[in-house]
Formats: sequence, structure tokens, C-alpha cells
Amino acid sequence: MELLVASAVGLLTAAGVYLILRRRTFPVILGLSLVTYAVNVFLFATGRLMVNAPPILNKYAEVAYTDPLPQALVLTAIVISFGMTAVVVMIALAAYLSAQDDRIDMLDDDAAKTGEDA
Amino acid sequence: MNHLLIAPILLPAIVAPFIIMVLRYHIDLKRIFSTASTVGIALISLALAIQAADGTVQVYELGNWPAPFGIVLVLDRLSAMMIVLTAVLALAVLLYAIGTGWDARGANFHALFQFQLMGIIGAFLTGDAFNLFVFFEVLLIASYGLMIHAGGARRFQAGVQYVVYNLLGSTLFLFALGTLYAVTGTLNMADLAVRVAELPAEDTALLRVGAMLLLLVFAIKAAVLPLHFWLPASYANAPLPVAALFAIMTKVGAYAILRVYTLVFGPEVEVTAGLAGDWLLPAALITLAVGAIGILGAREIGRLMAFGAISSMGTLLTAVALFTPEAVAAALYYTVHSTLAAALLFLIADMVMERQGGEIAAKPVMAQSGLIAALFFAGAIALAGMPPLSGFIGKLLVMDAARGHDLVWWIWGVILVSSLVTIIGLARAGSLIFWKSHGLSPQTHTVDKGATPPPVQATSSNSALPFVACFGLLAALILLTILAGPMMSYAEATAAQLFAPDAYLETVLERAGK
Repeated sequence: MELLVASAVGLLTAAGVYLILRRRTFPVILGLSLVTYAVNVFLFATGRLMVNAPPILNKYAEVAYTDPLPQALVLTAIVISFGMTAVVVMIALAAYLSAQDDRIDMLDDDAAKTGEDA
Repeated sequence: MNHLLIAPILLPAIVAPFIIMVLRYHIDLKRIFSTASTVGIALISLALAIQAADGTVQVYELGNWPAPFGIVLVLDRLSAMMIVLTAVLALAVLLYAIGTGWDARGANFHALFQFQLMGIIGAFLTGDAFNLFVFFEVLLIASYGLMIHAGGARRFQAGVQYVVYNLLGSTLFLFALGTLYAVTGTLNMADLAVRVAELPAEDTALLRVGAMLLLLVFAIKAAVLPLHFWLPASYANAPLPVAALFAIMTKVGAYAILRVYTLVFGPEVEVTAGLAGDWLLPAALITLAVGAIGILGAREIGRLMAFGAISSMGTLLTAVALFTPEAVAAALYYTVHSTLAAALLFLIADMVMERQGGEIAAKPVMAQSGLIAALFFAGAIALAGMPPLSGFIGKLLVMDAARGHDLVWWIWGVILVSSLVTIIGLARAGSLIFWKSHGLSPQTHTVDKGATPPPVQATSSNSALPFVACFGLLAALILLTILAGPMMSYAEATAAQLFAPDAYLETVLERAGK
């Protein structure tokens, strides 16, 4: 299971980074969501992988339990990344509609001026 | 528990939704509530600074959960100083934005402004690493809105870049926090410090990875080379008063580096010893150099100031990277100075841009040219670090603190040469904008093509207010120069507190056993 989760995180991150390095906003946003999925799975795994165990201590017996904190962290991370993705989609849409261009870099006259843009 | 500790976070958190929901269509009421809230934050932070000045560390346990289990807010000298700085800066920027009518060019300036303050102050006050992430997100989300305030194609495009870059930064932050949690099993900073110190030396590969990732994240926020790419385009295309407020945002990154690498991965912790300093110092020096070169090469005034902000971050982080009490004290003094100076210059840049467009070129004489030129002159002196203003004292302190270091000649050389280059760049820009303009006749005036959204008619009703804000910032700089002695002794006490974290650890973890 460890191998499966680890390679899933790696694969998602690799695909995400590849997409983020594209030039149009749409693949970049897709890449961002892939990377956030990767980090969510990664966070989940930081509490050690455990199957069929409740996230609570048992007062009466020594029963295996799973760490509840990463689950709370993942929940926060999911909410934030979800909201952020919505925001970036809106801003990208606004940029596309106002500039009639969905390139992520600003090559038109800016790079000609200073060449400093990322 | 002292409930005043959470007040500077709660106040904007309540005022901002109130402005959105109730005061939607009343710009005057929005302005009144926003200003009142900012003044309130300033007063509260002053009161907190007075409480923290004697060196006590105060803890606020949210929900009354004791420290390693619940989230805590911690007030010490460093966080008190930073929130006072934030409040002063915010007040000046807000007055400027109201005076120029910038706040009326989009719908939600004041609400976003308050959320931004909430995020910044929360980041300074929190004592929990994951909570730091959450407050980073709060301030970033608000900054996305402020960054694209008033719209325009180029601003939206720069906004997309800014958001994407920072989203990646946030993802890295989560990876770093996950790694640290996997190793130590806690995210409370004080608890982290205790557990990191106890960790066996052979078991630290993951921890070092986490510490390095965290440094990377903070370096993105602080715009350290080679992670500075987001800053010039976003600051130059953001509304410039907003860029002035963003002057404190890079300092949040510097603050986080300072906090985490003195408290958690302190200089005496063997497993991560030298990790931050060894990497940060060369990066900071290159940042400083590139900032200076950028100032020399900039052709738009917004971009000029953005590189000014980068080079001042370079100086600041050079001092931080030395990680000695003297250097950190110098860095703190320079933090206050560079925040105020960068904000002042961004506000001046906005005045120039509103009157004659953003390009640095000779144009016909603009309105109030003399006053603006005088302000620019003073601001340039402050930023470049010339006497008599506080930039000189700040740079002198940084260089003095570097005296015993191995790379002292590199540090001195880079600071001095880049100061010279900065002076040349600012002098070139100033003489083109303010002096050469006198030789031109008015009919050659052309509006800057498409680079900025068409200037909306400035509400000239209260046109004195922008100057009040600018001269207020200038007065703060002068005050910082005159009161350099007391300010420095406060900074030294702060640095001493940072390098002796026992009081912090005891106060935060005191009730953990109950």
C-alpha cells in the first residue's frame, strides 16, 4: 500500500508540474489541481497509513487507532485549494475575456521592455 | 488569558463581512468603517506593544485548549513590533487610497483590505505552523482580490501569474508541513522546537527536507532570488497603493524565516545547523544585486519601485541570514525602515502614474510637480540608504553586524555597490520625470498606451489626503532616524528574546501537563 500511495503522489505531482509549465491558463489550472490532489494524499499519509482503524482512542482496550490530525489538516487543505481553484478560474477567465488571449505569460510588450517576466 | 491578544484579528474579521453585507452601496460609510477599524487595530497593537515591551511572552489559547493540542496565539516583542508596523502602514495606505479615490474604482476594496490586515496580523501572532499556513492563505486570498482591483487586461494577466505562483507556494508549504508532522508528530511551533531538539541525529534526513522546503516557501513570500519572479510583474501591475500595502507582505516571509529558524531550527540545533544561513546568505546577496540592477534597468515607475522592494529585501535577508543577535537587531531596524520607505515610494509612484502615466520618460510638467519631486527625493534617499534618513543607519547597522563574518568583504561589497547603483537608478528616474519635463511643451503629452486602464477622474474633493499619507510615512521615517537609539535598544531586546527561546517555550507549553 505504501508503494501505491507514494507512487500516486509522485505521479500526480509530476503530471501537475508538467501541466503547470504549459503556456495556456487552462492546462496550468489543471496542473495546479493535480498538485493539490497530490499534496492532499501526501498529508493524509503523514499520519501513517492504517486500514480499518477508527481515528479515536479507545478508553477500555488497547485498540489500534489512526491519527486524526492529518485528516483535519487535509480537510482544511481541500477547502482552501478548492476555493483557490475557483478564484484562479475566475481571474483567468477575466484575463482571457479582457485580453482575448489565454497565454499565461505577458509577452506582448512587457518582455520587449524588460524581459524580466517569469 | 488576555483577550486583547485576539482583538486585532477579530476586529477586521468582523468589520470586513459587515462592509460587504450591510454597507455595500455606501462608499462613504465603507470608508468610515474601514478607517475606524484600521485606527482601532493601530490602537490595539500599540497597547499590545506596550505590554510586550518588558519582555513578557503572552499566550492566548483558542478555545481554551492547552498548547500542543489547540492553536495558540503568541505575543512577544517581535510579533508586537510587526503588528504595530502593519497597522501604521495600513493606515497611511488606506488614507491614500481614500484620498485618491482608488477605493471607489472597484467594488470591494475596503472589505478585502480588512481581510488582508486580518491575515497579516494573524500570521504575525500565531504560534502554530499550520495556523500560519491558514493565515498565509487568508492574506493571499485577500491580496488576489486587491491585486486585480479596478481591473484592466494587463492587471488580470499579471493577477493570473501571481495567483498561480502563490498557489504553488501554498502547495509547497503543505508538503513541508506534512513532512515536519510526519517526523515530529506536532505542528505547534514551541512543541516542534522541543521535539526537534530531542530528535536523534541519525534520524533527521526527512526533517532536513522539511526544514529546507519551509525555507523555500518563506523565500517565495520574501521574494528571494531565484524565487522572486512573481514580484516585479505583480507589484508593477497591481494598483500601486495596494503594492504599497504589499510592502509588508514580503516582510511576512522574512518574519517567518526569522521566527522558524530561531525558534524551531535554532542556531544551536545540530541536525539543521547552518542549513538556513548557508543557503540564505548568497541568495540574499544576489537578490540585493539583482534588485539594484533592476532599478537601473526599469522603464516603468511601478517596476522601478518593485525592484527597489526586492533590493531592500536583499539587504534585510542578508542581515537575517547571519543569524547573530546583532545582525537580527539590525535586520529588525531595517525591516521597519524598508517597509515604510518602500510604501512611500509606491505611493509617490502612484501619484506620478496618475498624472502622467507609468513610463519613466520626460513628459510635460504635471500638477503639484514640486511637492511630488520633493517627496520622491526624500523617498529615494531613504531607499538608497543615504544619510540623513534611516536607510543609512539601517545599512550601517547591517554592515557593522557582518564585521566578524567570513564573507564580510562580499557582504560589504555587494551592499555598497548596489547602494551606488540604486542611487544612480533612482537619480536617473527622478531627473527624467521631474527635471527634464520642464524642457517640454505641453502639446507633446501622450497618454501611456494601454499599459494602464484609462485613468478614472480623480476625485479631487479631498486631494490633500494623499499628501497627508505620504508626509505621514515620511514623518515616520524621520522619527525612526531621530529615535534610532530607543528603536535599536528595542530591536536588540527583541533579538535577545529570539535567541533565548526558553521563556517562549515555557510560556506556551506551561499548561500542557494539565
